[in-house]
Amino acid sequence: MTGEPNIARKPTDYFSGAEVIVKALQDQGVEVIFGYPGGAVLPLYDELFKTNNLRHILVRHEQAAVHAAEGYARSTGKIGVVLVTSGPGATNAVTGLTDALMDSIPIVCLTGQVPTHLIGTDAFQEADTTGITRACTKHNYLVKKSDELSDVMHEAFYVAANGRPGPVVVDLPKDILFADAPYFAPKDVRPCAYQPKKNGDLTKIEQAAELLAKAQRPIIYGGGGIINSGPAACKLLQEFADITGFPVTLTLMGLGAFPASNPNFLGMLGMHGTYEANLAMHNCDVMLNIGARFDDRVTGRIDAFSPHATKIHIDIDQSSINKNVVADIPIIGDAERVLTTIIDYWKKKKLSPNADSLKLWWSEINSWRSKECLKFEQDGKIIKPQFAIKRLFEKTQNKEVFISTEVGQHQMWAAQYFGFDKPNRWMTSGGLGTMGYGLPAAMGTQIAHPDALVIDIAGDASILMNMQEFSTIIQYRLPVKVFIINNQWMGMVRQWQELNHGSRYSQSYTESLPDFIQLAQSFGGTGMVAETVDDLDNVIDEMINSETFFLADIRVNKEESCFPMIPSGAAHNEMILSAEDTENSKTSAAGMALV
Amino acid sequence: MVSQQPNLDRRHTIAVLVDNEPGVLARVIGLFAGRGYNIESLTVSEIDAVKGYSRITIVTSGTDMVIDQIKALLDRLVPVHIVEDLTIQGPCLERELALIKVVNAGARRIEALRIADMFRARAIDSTLNSFVFELTGSPNKLNAFIELMSGLGKIEITRGGVVAMARGSGLGLQNTKT
Repeated sequence: MTGEPNIARKPTDYFSGAEVIVKALQDQGVEVIFGYPGGAVLPLYDELFKTNNLRHILVRHEQAAVHAAEGYARSTGKIGVVLVTSGPGATNAVTGLTDALMDSIPIVCLTGQVPTHLIGTDAFQEADTTGITRACTKHNYLVKKSDELSDVMHEAFYVAANGRPGPVVVDLPKDILFADAPYFAPKDVRPCAYQPKKNGDLTKIEQAAELLAKAQRPIIYGGGGIINSGPAACKLLQEFADITGFPVTLTLMGLGAFPASNPNFLGMLGMHGTYEANLAMHNCDVMLNIGARFDDRVTGRIDAFSPHATKIHIDIDQSSINKNVVADIPIIGDAERVLTTIIDYWKKKKLSPNADSLKLWWSEINSWRSKECLKFEQDGKIIKPQFAIKRLFEKTQNKEVFISTEVGQHQMWAAQYFGFDKPNRWMTSGGLGTMGYGLPAAMGTQIAHPDALVIDIAGDASILMNMQEFSTIIQYRLPVKVFIINNQWMGMVRQWQELNHGSRYSQSYTESLPDFIQLAQSFGGTGMVAETVDDLDNVIDEMINSETFFLADIRVNKEESCFPMIPSGAAHNEMILSAEDTENSKTSAAGMALV
Repeated sequence: MVSQQPNLDRRHTIAVLVDNEPGVLARVIGLFAGRGYNIESLTVSEIDAVKGYSRITIVTSGTDMVIDQIKALLDRLVPVHIVEDLTIQGPCLERELALIKVVNAGARRIEALRIADMFRARAIDSTLNSFVFELTGSPNKLNAFIELMSGLGKIEITRGGVVAMARGSGLGLQNTKT
């Protein structure tokens, strides 16, 4: 299939296809599989039945299997593994796969397929899985020959984790699972054409270091690529910020890559980022982008984005560079290796930042900080959503805590008011914005960290999208917590209708929410409602101390909107800080058309 | 960034060495279709049966930023070994094959033969009121020939798409692959 045939190599032995797959999973160090059985994968499930050291978590919907694997992957740095059947099993997984592609999460998803002689006949539960998933995976395989089965399995893991991580689908016709197949161990695997660059161009790195040393208004803009690179990359980022004194801002995906409690941290940037982070981005003269992709949620109006900056862009994926914003110094490489090289060069050349101008720059930044853009008043009895998350944050500080979210206002408030000092603690759907992500992601996280406190900060609309997973959570006795910021609206939709559509609230109100506590109870869990601010602390305490699945239904102020905000089509320096500001800020016609 | 006018659309010929496996062409085409890039011409054929390599030649147009993006996206496809932009790497040869059927009579028939001779096109099929000409050459030469023929009768055309290679003694693509 690829490269030179390695004639010298010998298979360990011959096994059934299903046995080969299980062997490959074991040799790849897989401990947990998230899946759902069906006709086409029964031989594989039969093999799993006979295997002791591979744990299978039975989800209730294949989309949740992928999200759970994402939660597992993001909270551990390992590859998440999914097993689903053909046809609807595979199509249900598509949203999860797209989510993993957008957020660069390493996933290997095994899908069943009808036997090879039935492919193309519209057989029962047949779908063109490789065709459907071509656009939503990093790569996919249809195994048509038993000979290549173990090679494909090992290569799938290699491709998922190396370079920019992503989801890989292996489509497995049922006859392949029965047929005799040779097994090659990972060390004997065939060569692969995919060889991403990791080290970065040395001249460019030195150029970048020299430029940073001369910068007067520098900023470090870090993204999920740092977290994907690993905890070592996060440490190096901290070290670099320490030796330079440069301010750091992070994207939604990057939260935790740099400690939120570090004084150099300006908070998240972008549409709902802090005032100081966005203005620093707008006014900087040298920008060091590490593992972020100039997403539209970060840049705002692209022609007004950071107009004075010389931009250094470090990314392992060459196609992320010069995609949205032209990089003056592009560096293709892994964050950890490139940061190591920059720091070594910085020390070797005894470079130091421009102290006077840096001091001026910080005083400017501090003047923006003094706006206190995240400030709010908790007055009256009705709980402010910001206050709920702030209290949750304060009360969980002495715990090993992992947070996942769904998508919408609660997600942005969580990003703003929950500080992360460590990487791999924050699981959120950034690129795709998948409602229903948080609960299964929390499930996968809890599987990986059985003793940790895992909380899904949810919205009342999002939680309904994958609530069937309450059943999985109960089956495996997972002490997952669900913290619903309940305002009875699709809050972010309502907010945009308010801003851009004359407050015509078309279909954004939920008339008939369930009684969430009874819902949790019906699955076998418990929960409590916080109606007023007096209940809040108690409910949070009860939740944290609960040793089982617990749902907290936090009834919050229904009218609250998420600020600060860069309206769509606006620039960083055109942020609106509060609801009063929106009076003066009319979204442009071009901005209206943006999402 | 290569040209002086980065916002101008330019035509590029890109050669890609890939593993000859099912779906590889779909990946390449999907990459263009999914992002709204334009394919002017695309050819593909196996060039090394032992190693299982195919070579794809793509003619596309776009701004420098778009062309860079296309090359980066091609390069990150798993079965892709090497991507070469023949347009910016120096002079390159482009050739295309076309079959052109001309249906006409009388003096126009003779004129068609005369022009075909000038273009070194071969008549590979003939009836009393038609010819099929085979012509290879640069895409421009083919365009010129087709335009002349279209004035001489009813025509049917099929073109094979551009194949291209860098001039000079440098061995590209599969030879740079160790």
